[in-house]
Amino acid sequence: MTARVFVPGDSSALSVGADAVAAALTAEAARRGIDLAIVRTGSRGLFWLEPLVEIEGADGRIGYGPVAAQEVAALFDAGFLVGGAHPKALGRVDAIPYLARQQRLVFARCGVTDPLSLEDYRRHGGLKGLERALALEPDAIVDEIVASGLRGRGGAGFPTGIKWGAVRHAEADQKYVVCNADEGDSGTFADRMLMEGDPFLVIEGMAIAALAVGATKGYVYIRSEYPHAFDVFSRAVARARAANLLSARVLGAARAFDIEPRLGAGSYICGEETSMLESLEGKRGLVRAKPPLPALSGLFGRPTVINNMLSFASVPWILEHGAKAYAEYGVGRSLGSQPFQLAGNIRHGGLVELAFGPTIRELVEGFGGGTRSGRPIRAVQVGGPLGAYFPQGLLDTPLEYESMTREKGMLGHGGIVVFDDTVDMARQARFAFAFCSRESCGKCTPCRLGSTRGVETVDKIVAGVDRPKNLEVLRDLCEVMTDGSLCALGGLTPLPVLSALDHFPEDFDRAAPRAAAE
Amino acid sequence: MGAQATFDVTLAREVIERRRSTPGAALPILHDLQHRFGYIDDAAIPLVAEALNISKAETLGVVSFYPDFRRAPVEGRTLKLCRAESCQSMGCEDLVAHLARSHGIGADEVSPGSALHVETVYCLGNCALSPAALLDGEPIGRLDRARIDSIVEAAKDRAR
Repeated sequence: MTARVFVPGDSSALSVGADAVAAALTAEAARRGIDLAIVRTGSRGLFWLEPLVEIEGADGRIGYGPVAAQEVAALFDAGFLVGGAHPKALGRVDAIPYLARQQRLVFARCGVTDPLSLEDYRRHGGLKGLERALALEPDAIVDEIVASGLRGRGGAGFPTGIKWGAVRHAEADQKYVVCNADEGDSGTFADRMLMEGDPFLVIEGMAIAALAVGATKGYVYIRSEYPHAFDVFSRAVARARAANLLSARVLGAARAFDIEPRLGAGSYICGEETSMLESLEGKRGLVRAKPPLPALSGLFGRPTVINNMLSFASVPWILEHGAKAYAEYGVGRSLGSQPFQLAGNIRHGGLVELAFGPTIRELVEGFGGGTRSGRPIRAVQVGGPLGAYFPQGLLDTPLEYESMTREKGMLGHGGIVVFDDTVDMARQARFAFAFCSRESCGKCTPCRLGSTRGVETVDKIVAGVDRPKNLEVLRDLCEVMTDGSLCALGGLTPLPVLSALDHFPEDFDRAAPRAAAE
Repeated sequence: MGAQATFDVTLAREVIERRRSTPGAALPILHDLQHRFGYIDDAAIPLVAEALNISKAETLGVVSFYPDFRRAPVEGRTLKLCRAESCQSMGCEDLVAHLARSHGIGADEVSPGSALHVETVYCLGNCALSPAALLDGEPIGRLDRARIDSIVEAAKDRAR
């Protein structure tokens, strides 16, 4: 009998040697005359355990990790193919508390299945949402998404169903579905994991959107910093075409849909939806003024549904299980599940999908186990480079849209980056401006010039030059950028800046005592 | 990075022609050109402009807007080093300083004959294993000084 061994092909796993482990497994099995089949999966998202090798046990998968290539012979000696004891043995993978405590709706299959096998996808529950959608009237699909309470997972949190309804009712000869996979926020990797680990889920979600709004063509805009994800996703699209999932007759129904993956070119601003549309049209990624909304005049001037990859990936579950079941997860107006991503200086970094509402502390301490350096946590940035820095005193803030807004932050794409007590928060504030300056498309003045003035002003404050006056200038500048910028880049850069200033003022006031002591 | 061809107008026209009829073809064409030649040659600008029926200025505008597109060939290997917040929290700036101090390699500096070219990028989506990098497309996690040293040495050996 052929023994099946699962080794992730996810790029994070590759970054710590998963390919070498797979090669060593093959070589060692051949040497021992063992018939071994290696299945390359996505990642479970328990990255401190990567490369995580799994075998099929009698009642579920048994894991070993993190495995180094030179440990492979010892694993065979220990009889790992039948779950033998070894210092790296983890027991049943789905019983590992980090995974067992999650509510995986979107990431249920990621790390389990062969990402490029449509049969595997089907066997693990795939395509049920699309099959149900094919039996529904388009309006009924839109209603289902509205009732689920699904909100945009890219950061803005706009109700997805409302957006779909607007496109549905727009009159046009051609409509588009665009998936935003320009996952540029530091601390986020959920889109990448899905593209590499469960790409058919994204294709299914987009196909459902296309049915709902009457679109026949979809684009997935993938950042060039994800070459591996682009490659896997492109291969998944080719397989979906071969299997008639993407075709002139989707799964045999009288509905056409096709997807074209597109590669970005290193520009953060192209994650902003209108800038992305410009980029897809072959132009510089200059942000468009709204209105018109992309729902009415989007790609090539046609009505366009543009959603984050995680929004599309949430859709198949909703169609399969119903809006009501989905809305039972979450709190208040933040319904369903959110794939949180634990990153930075953290012991157990990875993907944690939970219903909305856990506190930052539950994630960074409960799941994350504190810092990797072992030093105290000083600041936690939530929501990427445009998200706020939270101090210890605010770590009990629940992770849901409204609570984050109340604390002058935002959830963004669910990225959570931990910093220990060696962080210099004035430097982080300066970086927020510098990043904005580098990535600004240049169309509006508050962002283009404000970001550069911001860097200069922070430098002056830190150097102790006219501090009270420059602090006033800094706050005034932040107000202008917040109110006067065309898009979220300029408009939200003040969040990390002001949170650093408000919660960690001592870091902006270091020159004075030094000067006084001299 | 594969075998890259010396820039050649006929070859460039062939590359452009393949994607010309794709709606919004500029980025796919520029990626194809860079893949083929390693950079976007000045002589390719009018060819792209003509194929897409846009002005040369507009084409140049697109090429220069996107950080990925290079205007000159780069020798040696390329290390894309992440310097965004997650990697900052794990000391990526120390690695940048180490590269400069111990190896004389400045981030984003193009020095002729250098075996290793280091480019700043903001996020590679490997934030649970920061600091992260891509070496000619190969992901590297939990990068440290020792690994940097071995990458530099290997690049030098390769260039010899």
